Amino acid sequence: MAGIELVPIPAEEMEQEWKLPDRGTVGVIFFIVMESVIFLVFVMAYLIYIGKSLTGPYPKDVLHTPIAATICLWSSSLTVALAEKALEKERLGLFKLWWIATICLGLEFLTATGLEWKELIYEDHLTIATNLFGTTFYSLVGLHASHVCVGMLFLLIVLGVTLLGFPIQTQLRRVKFLSWYWHFVDAVWVVVFTVVYVVGK
Amino acid sequence: MATTIDYPLPKPAASPAEFSFSQALWKWVATVDHKRLGILYIATALIFFLISGLMALTMRWQLIFPLNHLVEPDTYDRLFTMHGTTMVFFVGMPIVAGLSNYLIPLMIGARDMAFPRLNAFGYWIFLFGACLLYFSYIGGSGLQGVGSAPDVGWFAYAPLTARAFSRGASTDYWALGILVSGIGSLATAINVIATCICLRCPGMTLSRMPMFVWVMLVDAWLILVALPPLSAAQIMLLLDRHLGANFFNTQMGGSAVLWQHLFWIFGHPEVYILIFPAFATLSEVIPVFSRKPLFGKPAMAGAIVAIGFISLGVWAHHMFAIGMTAWANTFFAAASMLVGIPTGIKIFNWTATMYGGKIRFSVPMLFCCAFLLQFLLAGLTGIMLGVAPFDWQLHDSYFVVAHFHYTLVGGFVFGFFAAFYYWFPKVTGKMMDETLGKWHFWLMVIGFNLTFLPQHFLGFLGMPRRIYTYWPGRGWEFWNLISTVGASIQFFAILFFLVNIIKSSISGEPAGDDPWDAWTLEWATPSPPPEYNFEKLPVVRSGRPLWDLKHPQDPDWKYQ
Repeated sequence: MAGIELVPIPAEEMEQEWKLPDRGTVGVIFFIVMESVIFLVFVMAYLIYIGKSLTGPYPKDVLHTPIAATICLWSSSLTVALAEKALEKERLGLFKLWWIATICLGLEFLTATGLEWKELIYEDHLTIATNLFGTTFYSLVGLHASHVCVGMLFLLIVLGVTLLGFPIQTQLRRVKFLSWYWHFVDAVWVVVFTVVYVVGK
Repeated sequence: MATTIDYPLPKPAASPAEFSFSQALWKWVATVDHKRLGILYIATALIFFLISGLMALTMRWQLIFPLNHLVEPDTYDRLFTMHGTTMVFFVGMPIVAGLSNYLIPLMIGARDMAFPRLNAFGYWIFLFGACLLYFSYIGGSGLQGVGSAPDVGWFAYAPLTARAFSRGASTDYWALGILVSGIGSLATAINVIATCICLRCPGMTLSRMPMFVWVMLVDAWLILVALPPLSAAQIMLLLDRHLGANFFNTQMGGSAVLWQHLFWIFGHPEVYILIFPAFATLSEVIPVFSRKPLFGKPAMAGAIVAIGFISLGVWAHHMFAIGMTAWANTFFAAASMLVGIPTGIKIFNWTATMYGGKIRFSVPMLFCCAFLLQFLLAGLTGIMLGVAPFDWQLHDSYFVVAHFHYTLVGGFVFGFFAAFYYWFPKVTGKMMDETLGKWHFWLMVIGFNLTFLPQHFLGFLGMPRRIYTYWPGRGWEFWNLISTVGASIQFFAILFFLVNIIKSSISGEPAGDDPWDAWTLEWATPSPPPEYNFEKLPVVRSGRPLWDLKHPQDPDWKYQ
């Protein structure tokens, strides 16, 4: 144990290993805690305003449960985990495969959200200003979708540098953090889905 | 058995050749060093402290006589809004960040924070937020109108902030400025937590961590969980104002009370966030100047963690007047009483640390003593206001103004001055002038108490907050006059402080590494510390590594 000994250290203590958690791990965990609080506030606002809209359209009339998109998003959690496993074993081909699968599933989810919003806006005439349902729906689902977008951006960056030949296996730690963020975004969708499409309807 | 003792630490190599101005500027702008960023935070905070203090002085002079006409009513609204917002977000928060930044790595024997570049990002985005807020003076009404600053009060209650009632862009600058600077605070909070958990030097277990670091760690936790609700509320406000959302629009079924809840879920922990640096400072200064270890350190750590959780559940005691259910009133009143217990533990333990000690009344210690008395008074009026029926009588009166200025000026600002005088020698290598410091201290104590003690009485006499003037004949004239005189004395106290900073940084006596004969690791480095802090990482065996070093025949670790 190299260092200035401010006091004499007995030999047996010198041999003790001094190991603390990795700073990136701690940083990402508390970043996710902070994000959870933001989501909690928007979820609470949604719950408080359920059934408080003074005018239509109401959730039960216009909302269709996005089952396919939800399955896509949740299975992308699995594919990103498989990609991470493949990278750990340095099987780059397999990694790229699962990584592209994750991106496709994420894009499918974003497309579905976009089409859902298009229908709500152009056919059901529900905007963020229409009523409280519109206000809370677009802000909560939009907050989640914007997080998916940020995750997608980082997934694409990793794919891009990998395809350009960057040795991504040297960045296993960072890939792991990105996959945690992706799992977090998927876990948030469990809550958002329950609140918006189950409780709210 | 390794027995080498390297103390004082080897000095850094001879200082490099003179820098030109542009090189020096570049060194400050491009820095990722936690010490430089800490100094930048504190310097920025001092500048905003002066601006905001002058705003307060202007308000006091407006109120000196009944029907006075120093400023227009709408100017007065902007003054109290900008004063409150600046003091909380651009004086308090940077002082939290600055003290954490400068001291935590030194105290836990680390070379820098966990994420140095994130740290620099945090400072610059904070400064950008502050500039956005102050830009409102120019751009508040948009390109056509005359500029104006926000005038909605520092807690900006809905529906006053709705587009219909707050025209122009001033409220947008308020929301954006705080939202943006909040990103900086959150970055700093994550950084502090990661630093405290991951970068402690060998042997620095959690129980050996200095109390200062404990308190700032819990402070970072509070920022991390309390600031996001405010950010979320401001996003909602901006959605309301710009996309026509209805969160706070009562005409569409929205709730103005939701804003109050979200604001105070942030706002109450925020006052703990602000007072924690003072708690942290007292926990270091009082033991060193009483020549005794901190009394009941485990209880102190337990108390701070307890405050860190209980304070998250008391917010609605700011909202007794909105008509909550009796159960909600009871719950929040009881929770507010509860948070008084750990705070009481801290007050008692500091006093017990002084008891029987060999006390040196240097300037940092004087500020700590004044803190104890003034913060005690603030705590007592706080408990009074936590009782719902009492609050109904005095809600939004000058009693409330007096209460929170006793916590934030009598507590936080006095604690900050103690920290400033205590660590100035470490930061600059020069001692602060004791005589000027004592002038600063006594003028501050007299001025502060003259300003805010009478405001308790004004509250009892029924004077509401935020009025720009008042009619004669209500018994308010005398106390307002005294209060303004006190504020002017504080102005001179701050002048002494500024003169002291300038004089001491130019011609202060050399401080040496350890001028106060203290016990924590920052005093084992040269003053000012080199960029890498420690040439070799220290190894510690107790909570007071420098005591062990200075007293090898009777080290602390024998008793732990």
